[in-house]
Amino acid sequence: MNTMTTTPALAAPTAQAAAPHCAPAWRAPVVLLVTGMAACALMPDQLGLLTRIFITALLVLSLDLVVGVAGLATLGHAALFGMGAYAAGIFALKVHPDPLVGLAVGIAAGAGLALLSGAFLLRYQGFTFLMLTVAVSQILLSLAQKARQWTGGDDGLSGFVMGPLLGRFDFDLEGRVASVYALTVLVALFYVARRIVDSPFGLAVRGIHENRARMAALGTPVFARLWVLYTVAGAMAGAAGALSAQTNAVVGMDSLSFALSAEALVMLILGGAGRLTGALIGATVFTVLHHTAASINPYHWLFVVGALLMLVVLVSPAKAWAWLRRRAGGVR
Amino acid sequence: MNTFLNILIDGLAYGMVLFVIAVGLSVTLGLMRFVNLSHGAFAMVGGYCAALLTREAQWSFWVAVPAAILATAALGAALEALVLRHLYRRKELDQVLFTIGLSFVLIATTNALVGPQVQMIPLPPLLAGSVDLGFRTLPAQRLLVIVAGCGVAMLAAWTVARTRFGIWLRAAVDHSGTASALGIPIRTVQCASFAAGAALAGLGGILGAELMPLEPFYALKYLVLVLVVVAVGGMGSIAGSLAAAVLLGIIETASKYLASDWGSLFFFVAMAALLAWRPNGLLKR
Amino acid sequence: MSALLELKSLDKRFGGLHVTRGVSFALRAGDRMALIGPNGAGKTTLVNQISGVLTSDAGEIRLRGENVTRLSQAKRVRAGLARTFQITTLAPHFAVQRQIELALFEREGLTSGMWRSVDAYPTLQTEAQSILTRFGLRAHAATATEDLAYGEQRLIEMALALALRPKVLLLDEPMAGVPKGDGDRLLAALDALPSELAVLIIEHDMDLVFRFANRIVVLAEGAVLADGSPDEIRRDPKVRAAYLGN
Repeated sequence: MNTMTTTPALAAPTAQAAAPHCAPAWRAPVVLLVTGMAACALMPDQLGLLTRIFITALLVLSLDLVVGVAGLATLGHAALFGMGAYAAGIFALKVHPDPLVGLAVGIAAGAGLALLSGAFLLRYQGFTFLMLTVAVSQILLSLAQKARQWTGGDDGLSGFVMGPLLGRFDFDLEGRVASVYALTVLVALFYVARRIVDSPFGLAVRGIHENRARMAALGTPVFARLWVLYTVAGAMAGAAGALSAQTNAVVGMDSLSFALSAEALVMLILGGAGRLTGALIGATVFTVLHHTAASINPYHWLFVVGALLMLVVLVSPAKAWAWLRRRAGGVR
Repeated sequence: MNTFLNILIDGLAYGMVLFVIAVGLSVTLGLMRFVNLSHGAFAMVGGYCAALLTREAQWSFWVAVPAAILATAALGAALEALVLRHLYRRKELDQVLFTIGLSFVLIATTNALVGPQVQMIPLPPLLAGSVDLGFRTLPAQRLLVIVAGCGVAMLAAWTVARTRFGIWLRAAVDHSGTASALGIPIRTVQCASFAAGAALAGLGGILGAELMPLEPFYALKYLVLVLVVVAVGGMGSIAGSLAAAVLLGIIETASKYLASDWGSLFFFVAMAALLAWRPNGLLKR
Repeated sequence: MSALLELKSLDKRFGGLHVTRGVSFALRAGDRMALIGPNGAGKTTLVNQISGVLTSDAGEIRLRGENVTRLSQAKRVRAGLARTFQITTLAPHFAVQRQIELALFEREGLTSGMWRSVDAYPTLQTEAQSILTRFGLRAHAATATEDLAYGEQRLIEMALALALRPKVLLLDEPMAGVPKGDGDRLLAALDALPSELAVLIIEHDMDLVFRFANRIVVLAEGAVLADGSPDEIRRDPKVRAAYLGN
């Protein structure tokens, strides 16, 4: 039976609808820079804590790229951090104590490990992928323990003294140079991360996260995109590791530990994954809380974190945030 | 030759402990697709109950152990019915994080109630000695562990293959929608399987108390090992868990004996290789 | 005129199940071919093999003369093939316009660009908006795809496939799940498909099939039962017996 005789008009003329748009990439990093500098200026006796916050924030930011943006749940991210830390530490000890060159070495090491392990890991998904990330980081940990001459084993790597930053600024005992150094690297890499996430590449990666089948049907080389993203995240984690090694002048086995991977994941979830700013917030809040609670019984701290985690899953702040944004109008 | 046999026996025992703890997790993962990272806590609770009942309450070992297992089963059932089943539809990551949080809370609670010291389970005289098998002597405890592990494997296989509950379980795993439409009580199956898994984990905690000391962080410390067994063996596969646990247990024990400064390297290399070769489980294609 | 899509003796088994038995046919530019058959005949499985989601056990698939049988999905898309899914497959939290823009970025090979913002491509934004207008969805540009009505989501499915400017289009039950009244815009979109496009459509609605198709292939138990014009198929006794029943 013929139901159609004329083609109805397809166009339904409407008022100009809102189009999705991204905020300029420099905005959030500038806010971060200003906030960070203010914190350093207002709390000169807490510079050590602030430096630790900046470094942790960078680690959790790199994890957000993998977990929040690409949707790859990993419990082995500490491997990339530790790789950067040990590379920078060994470089300072054996080759040259310049901090910026050491930072580049740490970045290269983190990126290199991500490139190598990603080639294997990214062939798998879901629970299998998660377990394999654990395997890779545990293997790296065992290798680091074995290679005692290089890494110092369980005693840690120490005895290296960092040279002056940019040839002029010595790392002082109060931590002023260290905190500005860490903050600057964090802000710079945050800006890079923002640009990547807001780029067509970032859109494709987010598309892979939301619906892999759809992306394959659009012609996206899924594996290649994820591999590049994982490598970039590895570079950033490596940078965080290098900063940690340089500002603490020591690298321990805990920088490769499962506990660090899990902690970073907890921080990311508490702050909200996928938007980059959540990583910074989660890292800051968690580090500050941990610092103030450090004197208390560690078991009580565990109880608080556990309860918070359960609460956050039941009443997801990310969902609440997204709901609020949608009511306010506009989707990214 | 002696070392080889030692490795085999210790490895087998270790593997059996891992199997008994892991099998419950494998079944719930395969059945409910629910990633329960608080499973290690059940092993811990079972061990703790047995330790406290034998030492503090002065109960006989042979009474305390079943009581501890039942208590763990009850805890598992209660948690499943009240809390965890609301998370079955959530994303994997949400389940992971919630159950990690739950583990943290259970660890902190255990410490608050009993303190951080290691809990020993005093063995009755029958199990404290050695058994002469003719070609060599074995600590009785090791023999018990191996026998118990085989027993659990056979009981689980028989339950799944021959009983009505087993049929319900398999139907629910394959297609819960159809199963419930056919009148199979899915909720009962889920809760009962969860409780059974918790009970077995408790048994594993008791059996493995020598190899894996009972202290509050137990819940997380050995979780990775259990997850590895489940991943390599394949979710929902009892035979797979057994094969994976025994294989990995022997590899880990061998590496402890022969190459201890390499740490757990070989365990994880073996794990990665096995998982890469058979991502869906050892015995599945 | 040479064939845009050619299948030669395509074969596939799932264990003991023989789901595709030596299927062969060819599509030329402008063909509107309907693939029909009873449930379980293997239609979607066949389309999955053509698009690369599944690998065939034997046989050949040629796209504009090029052998694509061993190529990945992505490479086949680049070679000019596009498809829609029977079950709507969209990025649920993406704004509708972003979802379309993503297809355009992929088409232009721009998704390796990691620095410029997605908002810095005005030509593509305009094209995305005009696509939305063409499908009557301009008002929903900033709505998340999961918040659209089902019929509108099916429209996006088709819009995405067309945004890729394919030479061959595979439509897997585009009207599936859409209530009779709401399908007007979809039907209009089908009518408005570019004339030189070769289209293969899986459909159960016989009214739509006989109105839209200039060729029909009937699949039964994985094998081609009949292949011809709508009139030939209507008169074919084998088809009547196996499928139409009247």
